Parts: sequence; structure tokens; C-alpha cells
Amino acid sequence: MSEASADRTPERKGIYGGLPDPVAPGLAPQLLRFCDELRREGLKVGTAELLDAFHALREISWTDREDFREVLAATLAKSQEDRRLFEALFDRFFFNAVEAQVVERGLKEERFQGGDRIDLEDLKAQIQDAIRQGRDGDMADLARLAVAAFGRQGESSGVIGVDVQRIRRTLELRQQSSQSQLEPDQEGLDRENLRRFEGMLRGELERALIQRTQSLPPARPLAELDRALPTGPLQDLAQVHRVVAQMKRRLATRGHEARGRRRSQVVDVRRTMRASLETGGVPLRLKYRPKRPRRPEIYVLCDVSTSVTSASVFFLSVLHALHDAFRKLRSFAFVERIDEVTEIFERERTFRAISERIAREAGVSDVSGYTDYGRVWLEFAGRVGDDLDPRSTVIVLGDARTNGREPHAEMFGRISKLAGRMFWLNPEPRLYWNYGDSVMAAYEPYCNGVFECWTTKQLEQFVNVVAGRPEEPVASTLRALRGRTG
Amino acid sequence: MAEDADRESDPQHHDERCGRRPKGRNHDEKGLQGSPSIIRAMSEAHQEAVAPASLDELGAGLGGAGYLASEPATLVSFLAYKLGKPVLVEGPAGVGKTELAKALSRYGERRLVRLQCYEGLDEAKALYEWNYRKQLLRIQTEAAGTSWDDVQEDIFSPAFLMERPLMAAISAKDPVVLLIDEIDKTDQEFEAMLLEVLSDFQISIPELGVVEARTRPLVILTSNNTRELTEALKRRCLYLWLDYPEIERELEIVSLHVPELPETISRRLIEVVHMVRGLDLKKPPSIAESIDWARALIVLGAEDIDKAVFERTMSIIVKHRTDLDVVAERVGVRLAEDVLGRAESR
Repeated sequence: MSEASADRTPERKGIYGGLPDPVAPGLAPQLLRFCDELRREGLKVGTAELLDAFHALREISWTDREDFREVLAATLAKSQEDRRLFEALFDRFFFNAVEAQVVERGLKEERFQGGDRIDLEDLKAQIQDAIRQGRDGDMADLARLAVAAFGRQGESSGVIGVDVQRIRRTLELRQQSSQSQLEPDQEGLDRENLRRFEGMLRGELERALIQRTQSLPPARPLAELDRALPTGPLQDLAQVHRVVAQMKRRLATRGHEARGRRRSQVVDVRRTMRASLETGGVPLRLKYRPKRPRRPEIYVLCDVSTSVTSASVFFLSVLHALHDAFRKLRSFAFVERIDEVTEIFERERTFRAISERIAREAGVSDVSGYTDYGRVWLEFAGRVGDDLDPRSTVIVLGDARTNGREPHAEMFGRISKLAGRMFWLNPEPRLYWNYGDSVMAAYEPYCNGVFECWTTKQLEQFVNVVAGRPEEPVASTLRALRGRTG
Repeated sequence: MAEDADRESDPQHHDERCGRRPKGRNHDEKGLQGSPSIIRAMSEAHQEAVAPASLDELGAGLGGAGYLASEPATLVSFLAYKLGKPVLVEGPAGVGKTELAKALSRYGERRLVRLQCYEGLDEAKALYEWNYRKQLLRIQTEAAGTSWDDVQEDIFSPAFLMERPLMAAISAKDPVVLLIDEIDKTDQEFEAMLLEVLSDFQISIPELGVVEARTRPLVILTSNNTRELTEALKRRCLYLWLDYPEIERELEIVSLHVPELPETISRRLIEVVHMVRGLDLKKPPSIAESIDWARALIVLGAEDIDKAVFERTMSIIVKHRTDLDVVAERVGVRLAEDVLGRAESR
């Protein structure tokens, strides 16, 4: 492949993102390259998958785009997550592949020239109508017209995302509010259809840009797209619960991986004997005691001062959603002082209500409204110190920024001694710890583990640790930490 | 030994052991004789079974079997037929994963062999098990006067083997549909054991040899995604993600199963079900529950889904106490508004 490309014209690097190295014509090399891109995104596409894809393509006609895509998806993308990445990549790749060929062969398209004769009002009405009905073909045509109509005004900013929003604003396309999902009201448009139309606009603009610059957009990695924690304080809890649903199912089956290690299992004599009756009293098969998952008592302390509110409210609601994984869960919120908020989380179902009730009812702030960690430890020890025992786990979520006040680390240490385990989750990246007024280092020695926690993945790993199934990397950090603190 | 020689030459017996390769100590003596019996009639059997010629044919066939498959589902089932690969079906509970396998079995007139997975499922329950009691009896009744060789030969023979689902699917004379339901409920070792079955369609029995499939079963594995399946298993399967159907398709499904319900009501019903699924619930209603609800409405003779009817019957689609509260609050109010709105517009 590399030889072939070397024979050809010297590399043409465009100003936009350049053209990929040309590959041998035909489907197979293109598919190989596609698989390469999938692998770069972290999908595990092996030779076996690739062979399957080729075998499967033999069985269907390639004229239907949907079928073609489904066949590739069924053979190459083998989880829902993979599937999501696959779709994003599929559209980009085959769009680019076609456009690359167009540029390669110097094909010029007769672009629609009558942009100045389009009646904007008419176009607006047509587009709104098409989106409301969700007709794909019409939407695609109208997207072309809209791009042409805007092209004439020379309004293109060169940044596709900006242009899409500008066109959308001018066309007055409003999406319906999330409150009125039931009946499509007159004002707003269906969110899903509007999103599709935006995608078409984006495609049109991209195509125009490719033609102008003679090069393809640079390939950006997709995988880390929306994997961070949802942080908007007013987000629906439903979204949080969707994040949690997966985590919950994994937790529900936790411990299964460990079952293979027979040596650490305990023989259940009674069941073994009973089973041996079948074989004339010869115990042919041993029966083991099932392993019970650990269900800890948990105390969560959450900083709800303005700097970390969204992260902590999210975190607390995750824990509450996972309630059945724990024997007992009590949550506390603090800023300057600390107060119990368990009941608020059990009642309310939206972030907004929770935040409002915490602000209204919990006595968390006093005079200044700045976090005072030292005072919080003193109060916490006074209120629940007697309830703590070696089975309980204390989790603190906060940025450890004391605003220059006394950290009372020795009090923190006393709490740590009373409780069985103590974890600290910091919503800031590790890089920022101990800079400014952050006193993470003062508390770290008393914790069984400190974690940065700002993506769902980190959160899931952490929940795994708490609920007793150590995942490898975390387990080793834990061991290292225990070794250090002795 | 004389008896053994008899067996090999006896054509009837030969048939029965077809597909079972003798192994171990006896293998050297009988290797040459035994090997022809490995040749299986797989290709013949493949042609005998009903196999779809085109995508549309399969889609229509599944429809005829009472299953309105989505396009991806039809396509992947078609590939499963053509490539002879297992299909891993994932999706939320109640979207018709198991139903797909049943429909394929009805469509292809294949027997459905079902292996329901659960925690702690092991080989003895899934593959085969030696019938210990029968073996013990055999040893005891013949204890006197028989040599160890003869007894061993006898007790590890097919007569003492209890077939479990996987074995049954593999050794069936006619092609079957093998449904391995909720594979995510088992542990990883079990998955590893499945690999041999899924890629080579054979099972090794240490005492007996390798049992190979006479016909290639159509294998459907379902998973509710409670845990990540191993890469090795996924590699051997085609992947199908089933989600809740869109309104139109679900409407078709409901009217297929409950044709008595007027279309206006069933449309309304599906709209409400979709609305309920959009809420943040512990257990969103499945397709089966939509159908149940439609049936209940017929029994009740309801003419419209208004607030009163909904409140009386919503326990059919919502089965969690906290969910009931949420649904009653959000959907009930909405329905009331709706009725008012429609009354005004009239």
C-alpha cells in the first residue's frame, strides 16, 4: 500500500486537514482503513471480525446504505458503546472517503447558483414544515438550499459549528421545550428531527468547505466525547439515573469474577453431604458457600459550596440511586457547618429541588459562606462519632480548599480511626491538588484512598472499591497507600 | 472385545455412534475403522432445512411466525443463517430478545432448545452429565466376575450419558435453534466453556471423545448487559442491539397480538407507554406489558384511555411502588389536561 502511494503524485497537503494517502481502489482497502480508524478509537476489531465482515458482505447487496452499515455494525461493533462510536465514525469515514475521491478525480459539482432568488420567508416555512414531518429527503434538499442561500451573503465564518447555529437562528428553528414532550406544540420542533437537520446542514457546509480547500477535515478522536460527568446543576435526575443504570447492573453481579478462585472458597459441608446421597454417599462433588457481597454502612460528606456544587450533587444522587448496594447510607452536606440531608435525597427527584431544599433547609452556611473543613470535622465527630464503627465507611467529597482556615487534620484522623475505611474524592484533577488553599496533603495520610473523580468511569471504579470488588488498578493504588500509611 | 467388534460392524450401532469419535486407549485399535464415522452429513442437513433466500423473505417469514422484526434484526438473523455464526442479542428487558429466537424456530420449523442461564450454572447442567446412579447400579449388579476393562467400557458409554441442552442441540438429527438465554447471568468460566461449542460446534467428553454437530444449529445468545461479556465470546458472535421499537412498529406489534382493539385506542396506548418509558423509572414497561395492557382494556371494555382508566390499569405496565407514584403524578396529570384540551377543541 505504501509503495503504491509512493509511486503516485507527491503528497498534496491541503490547508484544512490534507488528503489521506490514496489507497488501492476497491472496497477491501477502504474497509481495512475503516477498521484501522475503529481500532484507533479503542474498538477491539480483530482479524476474525474483519473476516466476518467480508463474509457477511458477500451475502447482501451493497446498494442499500442501511444494510451495508448494519452488516458492518453487526460484525465489527460488539457492544452498545462500540456501536455508538461506530456510527459516528461510519458517517465521517464514508463521507470523507467519497469526498476524497471527488477531490482526487477533480470532479466539480454544478452547485446551485440561484441562491439570491430564494425567498427566505418561503424557505423558512418549508423547512419548518419538513422538520415537523420528519421527511428525510426533503430535509436534505432544503439543507442544500439553505446553505446556498447563506453562501450568497458571504456570511460563512469558516467554522462549521458557528455557521450551523447562525443558519438555525436566521431560520428561527426553535426546539420544543423539554416540559411539553407529549404533544408537539405549535412553537417548537421535534428535538430529534431538528438534530438530524442540523447534521445535514453540517454535512453540506463541510462538503462546500472540502471543495473550496481541496482537502479533508482533520480526523479528531471521538472516544472521549461526552464521557465527563454531567455537571449542570439543573440537569434532570433521569439522565443521572441512566448513567447509574449500567453501573448498578455491574455492581449487582459483582463478585462473579472472583468465583473462579476455588481455593479461597469455603466448603459447605451440609450441602455437600446432601448432594452425596445421589451418588450413594460418595461425595463426588463439593458444594461451596456462596460469597456474599460486602454491603458497607456508608457516611457521605459532601461539600456543597459553590465551587463544587454540581459535582457533589451529582455524586450524592448517584450514591442514592445505588442505595440498594449499601446497607445503610447517610448523607451530609456541608459548607461552613454540616447537616444531614439523607431524607431530602430520598424524597426529591430533580437536581433543582434538591439544591433548593439543601439551600433552604440544611443549616450548612453560617456567616461567611466559605467552606470551613476544620469546623466540619469537629461537628461531624460530635454528631455521629458514636455511630461510627469498624464496619462503616466514610466518604468525603470536596476540593479540600479551606480558604485559609485551620484544617484540623488531627480531628480528621480521629474520625478515620473510628470508622473502618475513609475515602476522599476530589472533583479537581490531581494536578491542582495542594496548590493555593488546597490542603489535600494534610488529609491524605488518614485516608484509605484518595481519588480524583470527575468522570463517570472514575466514579464507577470508586464505587467498585467501596462495594468490595476491587478493580485491578485501583486495588493496587489502595495497597500502595495502605503500605505507606502503615 | 468380541462384543466390541460386533458393534463396529453392526450398521445400526454404527449409525448411533455416528459423530462420536472414539478416543483414548481404544483409539489406537479402532482408529482406522472408526474414522469414517466422523464424516457428518452437515452439508446435506443444511440444505434440507428451511433457509431464507433473501432478506425480504426472512422478514416476511418472521412476520408470519408472529414476530415483526426490525430491519437490523432481520438482517442479522439472515447473516446468522448464511454465515452459521451465533448471534449475541443485547437490549433492555422485554424488547423481544427471547421472542426472536422462538420466532426463528417457528419460521424455520426447527426445534427450540433452550438453555436458561443462572448464577452457578455449570457444565453438568448445560452440557452433559454421567448418570452416576445408573453407573453405580451397573457396577454393583455386575460386580462379581467381570473385569475392570469391561466395566469401564460399559459405564462410560452413551447409555449412561444424560444429555443437557447444549449436548442435545449439538447431537440433534434435525437442525435446531439453540437459545442461550441471559448469558450474562453466568460466570466467566461458563462462557469459556461455551467457546468450543460456539466456534466449532463440538463438545469434548474426556471418556468418550469428541461429539461433533451433525447439523449446524442456529444459536441465539441473549444478554441484559448486566456485565461485560468476554472478548473471546463476542468475537465468535454477530452482534445485535435491540431497543424499544418506535411508535409505529410497536403499534403493529400490538395490533398483531390484540387485533380486537380499535386502532385509535391502541395508538393512544402506545403513546402513553412511550411517554412512561421516557420517565425515569426503575423498570420501564416492556412490549409484552403493552400487549397485556391492550388485552386488559378489551376485558374492561374501555373506550378511551383517560385518567380514570389509566389509574385503574396502570399497575399492568408499571410494577414498582416508587415508579407508580412518579407515573401517576406525571402521566396522570398530563392525561387529565389532554382530555380537557380535547373537550375544548371540540
